[in-house]
Amino acid sequence: MIQRLLLLLPLLLFFVVAGYFLWGLSPDRDPQALPSAMVDKPTPSFDLPPVPGLEQPGFASADLGKGEVVMVNFFASWCVPCRAEHPYLTDLAARTGVPLYGINHRDKPEAAVAWLEELGNPYSRIGADSGRGAVEWGVSGVPETFILDGEGRIRYHHRGPILGQLIEDEVEPMLRALRQ
Amino acid sequence: MKRLIAALAFVVAASLGLPAAAVEPDEVLADAALEQRARDLSHEIRCVVCQNESIDSSNAELAKEMRILVRERLVAGDSDQQVLDYLVARYGDFVLLRPPVKPGTYVLWFGPAVITVLGILGVFFFLRRQRRPASAVQPLSAEEEARLARLLDSADASDAGAPAHAQPGQSQKDTAERS
Repeated sequence: MIQRLLLLLPLLLFFVVAGYFLWGLSPDRDPQALPSAMVDKPTPSFDLPPVPGLEQPGFASADLGKGEVVMVNFFASWCVPCRAEHPYLTDLAARTGVPLYGINHRDKPEAAVAWLEELGNPYSRIGADSGRGAVEWGVSGVPETFILDGEGRIRYHHRGPILGQLIEDEVEPMLRALRQ
Repeated sequence: MKRLIAALAFVVAASLGLPAAAVEPDEVLADAALEQRARDLSHEIRCVVCQNESIDSSNAELAKEMRILVRERLVAGDSDQQVLDYLVARYGDFVLLRPPVKPGTYVLWFGPAVITVLGILGVFFFLRRQRRPASAVQPLSAEEEARLARLLDSADASDAGAPAHAQPGQSQKDTAERS
């Protein structure tokens, strides 16, 4: 009896290996995807100066978590996906009324000002980050977007542009749930 | 031949060579001991932009920022572990090039050893089973010898055809199976 069952072992192994292949080759899986360690963490400590040439003030940790849900978006004028997500972010901020804080990452101030003049400025405040801000927020590139609840806790972190289906599937439900 | 040896020597030397460090002169600390600690730590930290390089060998801006940060924290008096913890808190275990040993990574660390042991056990039992039937073959008993002789005699007596010659073998197999 045991011998008969042993004959099934290769078949079983095949299914295990095939299962791994199926998972590994799945088009939905991004092997470069970096899991976020920031979700459920409190607001990182940072204090960013304003972008020279912009009227808007910069912002610091103390400005977040004042009872209001906010989005924090890392962007740069040299970043192509940022340009792609810009109209979606603008629309999202206008439609939901959720304040959008911008962190201008490793950018030339003149370039950032020109970029915002060309595309429009959906941000309520913008801080200039020379690089350390990104490390404090666990950011690996631009664009990246966070949603913080009223207590300043990070509830959502997305690496890459916020656009298309992602807004309907993840961003808006999260905003709705947090604002209830 | 000499050329071949030279070529092989080159390949070996090239493969032994460590990747060039990306550390820039203005990042280097004045304190040599601290700088050495920073270099050692940097080898353990993954550049999250390039993903398969340490921050010590990566040219990415973020890697530079992290190298400077590692040095700042060391100067501020952090232990090596505190520096790593600082980065793990922000980027997760992914930022470590050497995954930590914890329940979530047991399969990763001990899986290969377990599979090797299972394989050795499998081969051991397979070989033991193969050897046993060989020693289990019993010599023919006196009664069987007599019967074999009788059969051979009767086969010789009748026509010496091929089927008749096949019979002794057949009967021997029967006997072996019965024993």
